[in-house]
Amino acid sequence: METTAGSKKALKFAYYPGCSLHATAVDYNESTLAVAEALGIDLVEVPDWSCCGSTPAHCTDELLAAALPAKNMIAAGTVADEMLVCCSACFSRLKFAQKHIEEKENIRTKLSKIMPVEQAQSIKVRHLLDVLVQDIGVEKIAELKQQDLGLKVACYYGCLLTRPPKVTELDDAEDPCFMDDLLTAAGMETVPWPYKTECCGASFSLTRTEIVLRLVADILQMAKEAEVDCISVACPLCHANLDMRQSDIKKKLGLKYDIPIFYFTQLLGMAFGLEQGKLGIGRSLVDCKELLAAKGIK
Amino acid sequence: MKHVIKREQLRPDIIQTIEELSGQDIKSCYQCGKCSAGCPIAADMDVPPNQVIRQLQLGFVDEALRLKTIWLCASCETCTTRCPREVDLAAVMDALRNIAIQKGIRSPERAVTLFNKIFLSTVKRYGRVFEMELIGMFNTGTLNFFKDMTKAPKLFFKGRLKLFPNFTGRKMANTVFKDVKRIKSSGPEENSEPSKGI
Repeated sequence: METTAGSKKALKFAYYPGCSLHATAVDYNESTLAVAEALGIDLVEVPDWSCCGSTPAHCTDELLAAALPAKNMIAAGTVADEMLVCCSACFSRLKFAQKHIEEKENIRTKLSKIMPVEQAQSIKVRHLLDVLVQDIGVEKIAELKQQDLGLKVACYYGCLLTRPPKVTELDDAEDPCFMDDLLTAAGMETVPWPYKTECCGASFSLTRTEIVLRLVADILQMAKEAEVDCISVACPLCHANLDMRQSDIKKKLGLKYDIPIFYFTQLLGMAFGLEQGKLGIGRSLVDCKELLAAKGIK
Repeated sequence: MKHVIKREQLRPDIIQTIEELSGQDIKSCYQCGKCSAGCPIAADMDVPPNQVIRQLQLGFVDEALRLKTIWLCASCETCTTRCPREVDLAAVMDALRNIAIQKGIRSPERAVTLFNKIFLSTVKRYGRVFEMELIGMFNTGTLNFFKDMTKAPKLFFKGRLKLFPNFTGRKMANTVFKDVKRIKSSGPEENSEPSKGI
């Protein structure tokens, strides 16, 4: 058991928060930093990072969609050998950029005219969930557990964390379990449910809201049928849609769920006994205080 | 659909561009429909995803470039992950969107394309997304001024909405946008090799 963290070299990452974690997902950022500190992970923010371009970039221009992430990966390489990303969408775009630079000669030659692309290729892009499971290990998570939350959780992975597996190189694409493993180790009960990787509609939240409402309502309905207390997510876009759109679903579709949405880092942080204020608890629109009080979680 | 398929239409040059951009072989698809079965948004599309590929196989590229489908694809990668022929359909959708924009084809999903445009313009201007301006400009552009406006104060008081942009990433993003524009305008000769049909 002691081999998990103690004997390994200190974990240091170039931390790429991405736009959301500095705005609508500030709670994901806070809880990530708090949990990383508790686990002894050293995070150095990528110097002067910019947006990865997200969906609008790859819909518009494949060169731009590779160039923005590549430039950020080069900047990340100046502070560490591995890059830590929390947002599934950023993670996907960074990994896709590396794949496209490697496989598409056209992109590689063009980008090499404006930046040292080989530097972008040499950095290892990691998602926080993967680092916690692979580098820290569930045993260490279990050791750090301070309080039993007694929560029944549906782990929602969304699309881009595990899909497509050739790009993300993480857990099983249809039935991922690594978030479940982490939360189980931290003393929570997770449920098997069929919508863990269904799409929430992501960026259509603003443009085609009615599609997102339908998709999110389906996901919430499945979670409700699994009789969970809350949903755990690992992506700011999933969180935004599942949390912010619940009031619209009530208004427009007449369906009332009131299921609190947490980032997995918030749940881990509470299990570790970290202060709720430091984890950004209470910043979501769906009230979670009632649930936490009922479970006696401090 | 009533269409006459002419022999010379079957594989126009533009198919090769689509295949190069996406890195996919359009012929690989054998129309099992698994992509459409798993697509979360298929119900809202004018043509299901597998039929977009079929249109390309039959040479109806102009029609495909005008579909709502290509703009309603959320790039969730379900189709790509499940395709038994390993066709990366999400990449084909990206290629179609890129080409539609290059050709200046009017998008039937104006809200989606407008959002993309505003999103990238804020990234270019500030380096990072600035939600207040993004939503404000999007609502103005779609003449739906008060959409989601009740959410803004709530998010603000929860500390999740910033009133001012962050300029830290501006230099990096600015350089990338400028450089990409430069290499695109300087090197068209490289990617426009004479294309050969069959």
